[in-house]
Amino acid sequence: MIDPRRFWRRHAADPGPTPDAETTQSLAARLDSASQQRLGRSLAICHVNAGSCGGCELELRALTGVLYDLERYGLRFVDSPRHADVLVTTGPLTRTLRTALEQAWDATPDPKWVVAVGDCAVDGGVFKGSYAVLAGTGSVVPVDLTISGCPPTPARLLAGLRALLEANAR
Amino acid sequence: MTAAAIIASAGAESCHPWPRHILTPTDWAAMAAFLVADPSLALVGLWADTTHVHALFLTEAEDLPLLASVPVEAGAYTALSPARPGAAWFERLIHDLWGHAATGGMDARPWLDHGLWPHSAPLSPRPVPPPAMAEPPDFLPPTEDGLFQLPIGPIIGCIDDAWHLRLTLRGETVERAEARLGYTHKGTLALMRGKPPRTAARFVARLGAEATVAHSLAFALATEAALAVAAPPRAATLRRMMGELERITVHLGDLALLGDAAGAPGVAATCGEQRELLARELEIAFGHRLMMDCVVPGGVAADVGPEGMRAVRRGVGRVVTALPGLRRLLESSACLTRLVGLGRVDRQMVHAFAAGGVAGRASGRRFDARQLRDERSVTAPIDTTGDAAARCRLQLVEIESSLRLLGRLLDTLPDGGTSVALPMLSGEGIGCAESARGDVWHWLRLDHGQIAAAFPRDPGWALWPLAEWAMQGAALEDVPAIQRSFGLTASGADL
Ligand code: SF4
Repeated sequence: MIDPRRFWRRHAADPGPTPDAETTQSLAARLDSASQQRLGRSLAICHVNAGSCGGCELELRALTGVLYDLERYGLRFVDSPRHADVLVTTGPLTRTLRTALEQAWDATPDPKWVVAVGDCAVDGGVFKGSYAVLAGTGSVVPVDLTISGCPPTPARLLAGLRALLEANAR
Repeated sequence: MTAAAIIASAGAESCHPWPRHILTPTDWAAMAAFLVADPSLALVGLWADTTHVHALFLTEAEDLPLLASVPVEAGAYTALSPARPGAAWFERLIHDLWGHAATGGMDARPWLDHGLWPHSAPLSPRPVPPPAMAEPPDFLPPTEDGLFQLPIGPIIGCIDDAWHLRLTLRGETVERAEARLGYTHKGTLALMRGKPPRTAARFVARLGAEATVAHSLAFALATEAALAVAAPPRAATLRRMMGELERITVHLGDLALLGDAAGAPGVAATCGEQRELLARELEIAFGHRLMMDCVVPGGVAADVGPEGMRAVRRGVGRVVTALPGLRRLLESSACLTRLVGLGRVDRQMVHAFAAGGVAGRASGRRFDARQLRDERSVTAPIDTTGDAAARCRLQLVEIESSLRLLGRLLDTLPDGGTSVALPMLSGEGIGCAESARGDVWHWLRLDHGQIAAAFPRDPGWALWPLAEWAMQGAALEDVPAIQRSFGLTASGADL
């Protein structure tokens, strides 16, 4: 027989104990210096393709594999700019994708960083001067970090992203 | 009379190694009419230059390429899309880049041009200011009221190409899938024009990263055919090795993504790891993890020393060792079972779009561009089931056969030079190579050593329409797995 009361009794966890004021204070003092470093060490990254050839994506994807295991550094890929701290852009920025990049940038909450990955995203790369492309990510949104290479190796990408993490923690 | 006979009876231009027949507009129209009831010719590609429209066919019986051209009169030519559905996207491309209109075409909507370039018809002698165009671009009208439209892209979110897929949903079932590409159009053809082949090869290598070796090779072969030179034997063998290595890495990468999409993280992790380990050896051997810019017209960019050869052997050996485990993993995980019956395409469809590679062979179309050239010994396995599971199994089988071929090539690598100089001559050539996703074709015309006109045909031209078709009737949750099973990329077809 089911107890009918369970349908209208509200379930809630027991209230937690009030923290000891004295311990909190001493902890807070000790943590203060380290807190930024400890707690600031996580960044959500969203990839925005601005017309790449697919090479930079291959290397970014490699980062998420078991050998580089990006997540252990507190870096993770998310699938919407709304949840991102960092936009990673690839490709020379085709005219057709300009609006998409602008919208992704607008949708990313502040504070945000933009990392231009690959020679294309840095300044248009080999496609510089074509009628169909603008000169890289920087021609439309402010870029905080560039990682050059065609495509940059995963090791380089990782070094760049970790630098961002360190800077963020300071 | 057949379409092939009409083409063969027309006068030919000297294009190497296969002649290009110039048809009169009347003959071309007759050929188009015959094509409707004649399935023996597959349309591989359709493109243009400032004065002519060119079609590349393949005779399905003996896999012989057949090139036909027609002069454009009053800015128009007779469309092939009523006879070959795959022609529709090409006709839209020709209109967007060169401004020639397809009379009687099935679809006159723009394709690459989203109305945001400084001029429309950028490759025509007289580009005009752009027309006002709808952004987001116009899609087919809904078939009936009350169906839900789900737009995906062009920013996909997961690390992927930029494309747009519009799904029309009835409940959870896909009623129609319509792809719109052109987002990654970088104006490659305009950049190649007027440059010597060695310089233009840099753009060719960046048409699509997962077929960079195949594109570079097809382009190099076309250039060499046009100039009547041949790469030295050592370079030829090194190129074949790179082609097979690329096939293995791309298949491993595809299997990793497919494993992810099909809920088999173990498969994804193993394949991803193997791919990465092989890429590291490739960097030691060829100086680039993807072997970009390593195949150049006239040969290869750099010789591979003993240290490099050891790296290749190490890489190949590691995949050989890992393969039985991978096969077991694939068969024991839910991955293959999950893929059975998904995204099925029948033989007729792959013929209609001239789809090659794993997608074509999984549905019974046996064409393999390697057999057109020196590699008669390559016997590509075929399947007739045509679903995602069949494509997945074939990928694994192809990795095995590539490994065997590599073993042979490593043992028989000849000594000698690795490139020849290219004469500054005029000529026309066509070349093809088998990428992991299917056959890549490059056509070009040289004018005193500089590119006057060129066109690359990426396998994406066949795979996208096929995938659109295969998604019809699928459950929404299966769409990612179907998409992955075709290995869809946009950049190569976006030019
Ligand atoms: S930087 Fe190189 S690899 Fe990256 S998108 Fe550009 S051409 Fe491709």
